Amino acid sequence: MTNLLKLKKYFARNKKMLLWGFLFTLISNAGTVYLPLVLKNAINKLQVDATPHQLVIYCIEIILASLVAGVFRFLIRQTIIVVSRYIEYDLRQDFWAHIQKLPMRYFQNTTTGNLMSHATNDINAVRNFIGPAVMYSVDTFIRLIIIIGIMISLSPQLTFYTLIPLPFLSYAVYKIGQHIHLKYVAIQEKFSEMTTRAQENYSGIRVIKSYVREEYENEEFNKLSHEYLEKNMDMVKSQALIMPMLFLLTGLSTILVMWLGGIKVIQGQLSLGVITAFIIYLGLLIWPIIAFGWVMNIIQQAEASMKRLNKIFNEKYEISDNENTDKTIKDIKGDIEFKNVSFRYSDDLPYILKDINLKIESGSTVAIMGYTGSGKTSFINLIPRLYDVTGGELLIDGTNIKNIPLSVLRKNTGLVQQESFLFSDSILNNLSYGLPAPDLEKIKKVSDISQFSKDINDFPEGYETLVGERGITLSGGQKQRASISRALAIDPAILILDDSFSAVDTHTEEEILKRLKVFMQNRTSILISHRISTVKDADKIIILDNGIIAEEGTHEELVALNGIYADLYYKQLLEKELEELN
Amino acid sequence: MPEDIKNEDEILGKAYDSKLMKRLLGYVKPYKKYVVFAILLNTLVSALGPVRPYLTKLAVDEHIVNKNYNGLAEVALLLLASLVLQALIQYFLTYFTQYLGQITILDLRVQLFAHTQKLAAKFFDKTPIGRTVTRVTNDIESLSELFSSGIVMVFSDIFIILWILGFMFFLDWRLSLVTLSVMPFLIYGTSLFRKKVRENYRDVRKHLARLNSYMQEHISGINVVQIFNKEDVELKNFAGVNEDYKKVNIQSIFYYAIFYPTVEFLSAIATGLIIWYGGGEILHHTLSIGVLFAFIQYTEMFFRPIRDLSEKYNIMQTAMASSERVFKLLDDKTFIYDPANPIPLNNVKGKIEFNNVSFAYNEPEYVLKNISFKINPGETVAIVGATGAGKTSIINLFTRFYDINKGKILLDNIDIREIQKEELRKYVSIVLQDVFLFTGTIKSNINLGNSDISDAKIVEAAKLVGADKFISELTKGYDEEVKERGSTLSVGQKQLISFARAIAYDPRILILDEATSSIDTETEILIQKAIEKLLVGRTAIVIAHRLSTIQNADKIIVLHKGEIKEMGKHQELLAQRGIYYKLYQLQYKNQEMSKKK
Repeated sequence: MTNLLKLKKYFARNKKMLLWGFLFTLISNAGTVYLPLVLKNAINKLQVDATPHQLVIYCIEIILASLVAGVFRFLIRQTIIVVSRYIEYDLRQDFWAHIQKLPMRYFQNTTTGNLMSHATNDINAVRNFIGPAVMYSVDTFIRLIIIIGIMISLSPQLTFYTLIPLPFLSYAVYKIGQHIHLKYVAIQEKFSEMTTRAQENYSGIRVIKSYVREEYENEEFNKLSHEYLEKNMDMVKSQALIMPMLFLLTGLSTILVMWLGGIKVIQGQLSLGVITAFIIYLGLLIWPIIAFGWVMNIIQQAEASMKRLNKIFNEKYEISDNENTDKTIKDIKGDIEFKNVSFRYSDDLPYILKDINLKIESGSTVAIMGYTGSGKTSFINLIPRLYDVTGGELLIDGTNIKNIPLSVLRKNTGLVQQESFLFSDSILNNLSYGLPAPDLEKIKKVSDISQFSKDINDFPEGYETLVGERGITLSGGQKQRASISRALAIDPAILILDDSFSAVDTHTEEEILKRLKVFMQNRTSILISHRISTVKDADKIIILDNGIIAEEGTHEELVALNGIYADLYYKQLLEKELEELN
Repeated sequence: MPEDIKNEDEILGKAYDSKLMKRLLGYVKPYKKYVVFAILLNTLVSALGPVRPYLTKLAVDEHIVNKNYNGLAEVALLLLASLVLQALIQYFLTYFTQYLGQITILDLRVQLFAHTQKLAAKFFDKTPIGRTVTRVTNDIESLSELFSSGIVMVFSDIFIILWILGFMFFLDWRLSLVTLSVMPFLIYGTSLFRKKVRENYRDVRKHLARLNSYMQEHISGINVVQIFNKEDVELKNFAGVNEDYKKVNIQSIFYYAIFYPTVEFLSAIATGLIIWYGGGEILHHTLSIGVLFAFIQYTEMFFRPIRDLSEKYNIMQTAMASSERVFKLLDDKTFIYDPANPIPLNNVKGKIEFNNVSFAYNEPEYVLKNISFKINPGETVAIVGATGAGKTSIINLFTRFYDINKGKILLDNIDIREIQKEELRKYVSIVLQDVFLFTGTIKSNINLGNSDISDAKIVEAAKLVGADKFISELTKGYDEEVKERGSTLSVGQKQLISFARAIAYDPRILILDEATSSIDTETEILIQKAIEKLLVGRTAIVIAHRLSTIQNADKIIVLHKGEIKEMGKHQELLAQRGIYYKLYQLQYKNQEMSKKK
């Protein structure tokens, strides 16, 4: 139960409504248990000297008792179960607030699917505990107490006999429930094995087709499907026990009442009305008692789910403001300095960047080149603190970036990542993403710079066109230009483009670069590219190789150096020549 | 998969569609015997519940009133017997119906999977893998309930109602009518509830899908959220989606909160009426107390199946929506068709001829134009060209992953469209540059589960390509586990395994897409040697990235923008100082330099 304790604060927020719910439970049960008493009296009276008038009164009493029970039962659901949805909401809200602040490192090691399953399945399991489980345990408890009290007052002996099977029933439900849960886990495992198999099959379909292995794959899948069926039937074996067991045990109680009670009636020790009442009471007790076993299982599952959720809640933000943050910093000029910076993704992985020393002055343009895996992206990710340096210092305007408020740092850094990610929203909203509110004028301006505006004008609804599944699918080049616009829109002091022209044709790229030059006059730009054409006009070009700065200088200097840069340069000249051939 | 939730899965179709239902029932047909048996059991078991109030009536009227102890004990025994019998039958019935559901979806699933295996590469190009997986797994799964509880249990509920009615009218028809007078309200209430809940259920699904796709999207784009400092704004947006979901759920609570108490209330009214009317009859001595007793129990029994029927409705609804998606995939006919009268292949020599071949993935964007070349049996042809020249398309065509738009491809002078795909592919192996390994063992990745390829042959193949060395160094050797996508193996090792795979299948014709990724020199030498071994005695088309491969080729084809621009041997082509010469300097010259070093 320790993990579920974390929910205390959520319950506390809804204390009042829950207390009302408990009160309603009490009242509703009073109505429910009153009804059999009326029946008892009616039947007893009928055997002696009832009048039609009395019968009408009994009838009205029954209806009234049930009305009270019903109205309050309605109110119970409207309080306790509704609270469970409130708490679910709060919990999910907190979950999301937390997730958003986790560092990139966390997302690199966790799949989206995994997080999604926590957000849906685990939160759902916890809600099941808060709502139905709480409601039924309170209800069961109250009902059990009252009914047993009344039954004892009617006939202690009969009560004893009839209640004998009930604890067994509850225990059986609990045990079978546990057993079923285990089998269920096994089924889930098989199911996910089957899913993986299908997934792999479709991913490797070309291999399968070229080696003509379809038949074999069919057989394997068939085998797996059969195993899955067996696992399912394995569970059914236990699951099918539940219902029969339930009415066997409850039916047993009823038979005992009929038989032992009947004998007592014959002996004149008990009235027929009491037997009627007993039978109805038994009917009222069955469901709560079953629910009790069921609730135990829900609690166990909720506990396990809460444990997983708590694990996420305990993840550290790693990158956030702290007591060393200099709150007086409101703006950034754009001087960047790497001082002996080294970086690796974790302690057991090799260094990606080693001892980097580099000064980038405000207003200048620096281009970074290098082979795949040379550390270019890791390098620029350090600037908006998507990751923190693991050695050395990174300074902006002379201040260690760890001391600059994170929001100030990021508001002033426009990072266009290699993989352009757009939301399924309108173009305008996507491009205004970094702004407090959509600003069409501004977006038009920056889209001119990124050469995206021409495309947008061709879209069916211009800037209001939706992107993604429900709207249009953008090409790689359009996505890249959209991302550039989005970054420009925030008026960044530092603009970082991570290979952002790879899907843009060279002509358009030139146009963009020309306009960017004007826009970036007083800002710092960092460009990563594979193309010489992109980088050749930069104030400084850096060649990263295996995590170190291998070459540094202007285009002319580096060509003269005859190293990696020169090699890339000559190759691209050739490529261009090839491209122009027809 | 969540993309899925967004579009296709958000649509919630009709709860009942006779066409779909007919098709679904077709899958139950082979198990007709089970269904009949289950329904028979149902008729029996559904009588056992309603017989008990009748027995208690006997106990009261015949034995308690007449002070007959033995009679009472007899009835108690009868009650016990009916109870035990019901429990037993119920158990087997549940087991049976579940089995029916499971076996039916198994058939459907296996059929669907086999269907997907026949779909052409084009299908997989345009359909996200996740979607196809969902069809085969989750969508089929939601049909199991329809086949198990759906079909058989509806009968059970109806039988129970019929039996209860039977007993009631047998005991006292007037009291029955009085009791049943609340029925119209119940039926009306239930159908109203069903309608409301159905609308609400659709809303709940819709908002859940939105919530999920919001989370899915923003977790995928979490970097953008963080870079643009939008955590607070997004939290508010999330609150909106979350709030909507909460609201529809609270709406749903409201309906249930009204419905259940109402049913109970109606049942209490029925009880009240029994006391009032039945009591009156007792006073007139036209009714026995035992009947009253029985009726009170019947009211209780009667309401449950009616209430449950609305639950069955939900099952139907989900099942219909899923089956629609499943059948849509099953009806997808993106096939590469085999000829009606295929020409059998005998003693394949391995002569290949491309005759004015043109090909477009999407017409009219031709990626290959008028390609013609010949390869004699046993020869190796190297295809070179810049990225996007159309090299990969050529290899996709020969095994008929795609069919060409114009021209002819001939194998031993037979048009490959005249040959059965499977037969053709038996003679051709493709080794792709992106090696795909399956979860399993090294062995199963070499023979791909083909038991005709003996262990000895596997080892022999591995030895030939030089993979034997690293494999035998693994703890379990050839039985070493291969994790998803072969994540524990290096790129070079994976390639060697795929070479061994090709050798083990001993194809007449080999199509090889050489990998470009850089590997250490030691492995590089291994791979070069392996490729030489692979090519011996086979007709081969190689998309070449290695200088050594090109130099050894009998012919080099230079592809440029979908056309063959140059053809010849290495030295001849170099001498031409054309495209090949430039490509050589761009891609292969370094290799020569490093070789000299």
